[in-house]
Amino acid sequence: MVSITYKDSEGGSRTVEAQEGSTVMETALREGVPGIEAECGGACACATCHVYVDPDWMEVVGKPEQMEEDMLDFAFEVRPNSRLSCQIKVTAALNGLVVTTPPRQG
Amino acid sequence: MTEIIKTDAVIVGAGPVGLFAVFELGLLDIKAHLIDILPKIGGQCAELYPEKPIYDIPGFAFVTGQGIVDNLLTQIKPFGATFHLNEMVIELETLGTPEHPLFRVKTDNEKTFEAKVVIIAAGGGSFQPKKPPIAGIDRYEGTSVHYAVRKMEQFRGRRVLVVGGGDSALDWVLNLHPLAERITLLHRRDAFRAAPHSVNAMRELVSAGAMDFILGQVSALKGDDGQLTAATIRGEDGSVFDHPTDDMLPFFGLTMKLGPIAEWGLNLHENLVPVDTAKFESSTPGIFAVGDINTYPGKLKLILSGFHEVALAAQKAHRYVYPDKKLLFQYTTSSTSLQRKLGVS
Repeated sequence: MVSITYKDSEGGSRTVEAQEGSTVMETALREGVPGIEAECGGACACATCHVYVDPDWMEVVGKPEQMEEDMLDFAFEVRPNSRLSCQIKVTAALNGLVVTTPPRQG
Repeated sequence: MTEIIKTDAVIVGAGPVGLFAVFELGLLDIKAHLIDILPKIGGQCAELYPEKPIYDIPGFAFVTGQGIVDNLLTQIKPFGATFHLNEMVIELETLGTPEHPLFRVKTDNEKTFEAKVVIIAAGGGSFQPKKPPIAGIDRYEGTSVHYAVRKMEQFRGRRVLVVGGGDSALDWVLNLHPLAERITLLHRRDAFRAAPHSVNAMRELVSAGAMDFILGQVSALKGDDGQLTAATIRGEDGSVFDHPTDDMLPFFGLTMKLGPIAEWGLNLHENLVPVDTAKFESSTPGIFAVGDINTYPGKLKLILSGFHEVALAAQKAHRYVYPDKKLLFQYTTSSTSLQRKLGVS
């Protein structure tokens, strides 16, 4: 099992167990973590699962592919550590991952 | 000048379920007009998923969003339905009785329809521009913040800030630059989703000094009485500065909103139209709801469910449109009359 911590913009935090092979977005929805809407259900067709990846984890999580970059244009307050959580696959290497949800998903 | 169009059925929404409704209604000689706010046919499939794979349409191991729309258009071609695109239904008035329904449907493009049945196939709601969550932006909407351009002339001689990196943003930069006093394009990165020739044209204008391009994002707006004076921008390099401007055109994509459907007395439940599962009729006789917009015990928001729902709704619709005709259930495989309607006999 992989542990992921979801922080929010007000200082709150929740740590949950994620299953390898699922995505950071799916894990949030399954565990009832607020702040991620995922309007398109994970198809990389909206931008409402936007998260900020903790700087320490940016290298392991990696950079977005072209399709995700295109969709990030529709998110707000996009930062260098922004990712769409439906595109981050949970692997053993992400054990301990920390992400922060933005104040609004658009 | 209000045009009144009389027809058998008005279908609200031209996504996959609205399209298949044309087929099921057409087999029963019911003519339809479809109304959709998008400038194209296909709803979410065409707008959000055109290139993406769908694996659960019965009979298709694999089909793309645009692929299923194209197939449906071929399938419904024999019935000659009329499409009214770039229009939103704003009013639905009940003129008839529960036994003999008649409805007046008005759009935001001054069209009025009169139909015996209305099929609401509105999916997730109508696609409307996504508004950037910038504090106070609503104070400027309609005066100096615009999500669409209706009349280019209104920007003559003004400083316009266009925000975005897709075809909408680039097209308007190119269209408005001869009129505006100054056009600035703002985008969060130096890569664009827009067509390469548009991007090249924009870069040429920037090189020639005819317009500006800024890398960054809007963080706040400044102005008075609905009139913008500047947009506060956080540049890609982290710098924060005010960019003086008269107008701002943000192009951040589309989002789905329920809209006027909420006002039609359909006893909505969590923004969905409750229907029965024998006819998929709403609480108003003659108004049916099919596809993602409806709700009933066990409902799944699948395209295949919508297909089933329109088949049953069409049967009841026939009773309203042809109260004196007997409905004979036939198979397309064997019925000569159905095949004649389909143009295949």
